Amino acid sequence: MTLQLVLLVAVALFSIGLYGAISQQVVVMVMMGIELMVNAVILAAAALWWFLTPVVDIQVLLMVVIAAMTVEMAVGFGVATLIHRARRSDMTDDATELQQ
Amino acid sequence: MIASVLFWISALVAVVAGALVFKVDSMARATYALALSFIAVGVAVLTMRQDFVGIIVILMMVMEMAIMAVFMISYMGMNPALMPMDMTHAKRPAAAIATIVFVGLGAAVLLIPWPVIDPQPVEGLTEQLGEAMMGSKMLVMLTVSPVLFATIVASVVLASPRGRYDRYGDRLRGPAHDPEPGGLGR
Repeated sequence: MTLQLVLLVAVALFSIGLYGAISQQVVVMVMMGIELMVNAVILAAAALWWFLTPVVDIQVLLMVVIAAMTVEMAVGFGVATLIHRARRSDMTDDATELQQ
Repeated sequence: MIASVLFWISALVAVVAGALVFKVDSMARATYALALSFIAVGVAVLTMRQDFVGIIVILMMVMEMAIMAVFMISYMGMNPALMPMDMTHAKRPAAAIATIVFVGLGAAVLLIPWPVIDPQPVEGLTEQLGEAMMGSKMLVMLTVSPVLFATIVASVVLASPRGRYDRYGDRLRGPAHDPEPGGLGR
């Protein structure tokens, strides 16, 4: 177990999450992709703490990342509820005017 | 040695379960796969002797995936959430972008000359983290707290069917425009 190999695992998780976030149509599935990407960030930050700088600052950073994940989930569900109420659908293709 | 073996098993499970999230054809199965991936990452973090973060990741993600499954079924109805279906678009460009990102970041990981340090477990890490959050890193927590509170407010505002502007208009004046009058005098 070396830093490079752990970071490669994190990169693989990040790439899978990115694929899902781009390719999925359902809002909840897009959120799953983003969650997978944040999951990779948690693994990478934990590895950097373990292999490079075992100081408590990175642990605090990890707490912030986990909080960001919670915020993303809560607001994402709020938006999904709003779209579902307005369009009776939870597909990203029904909310394309957000691009404008 | 045991920690290393455990890490590789959990890393393999995390990546395979992560890939299954977008491979399985039922969204309920996708939720279970994502929960498994998160638990595996939590175990991987535990093998790097970060007990608090590892346990928090496992507990939080299991709860989060349970909530996600409930939302999915409530939005899509029981059948579409549990039955096989394919709701994707732009699969090839997405796969190409993900591959490019993997190759780019992977090359950076392998080419950067990382310093080689023999990792040693830190005694009392959870205690240090607690003291840092309540002491030297208090500003971070003071920033996160209002953000979380703002998230609660924003989520409720977004998800509520009718707010005060729907009831009283843009100027917030006049009698409430309610489908049914409420209160004692109705």
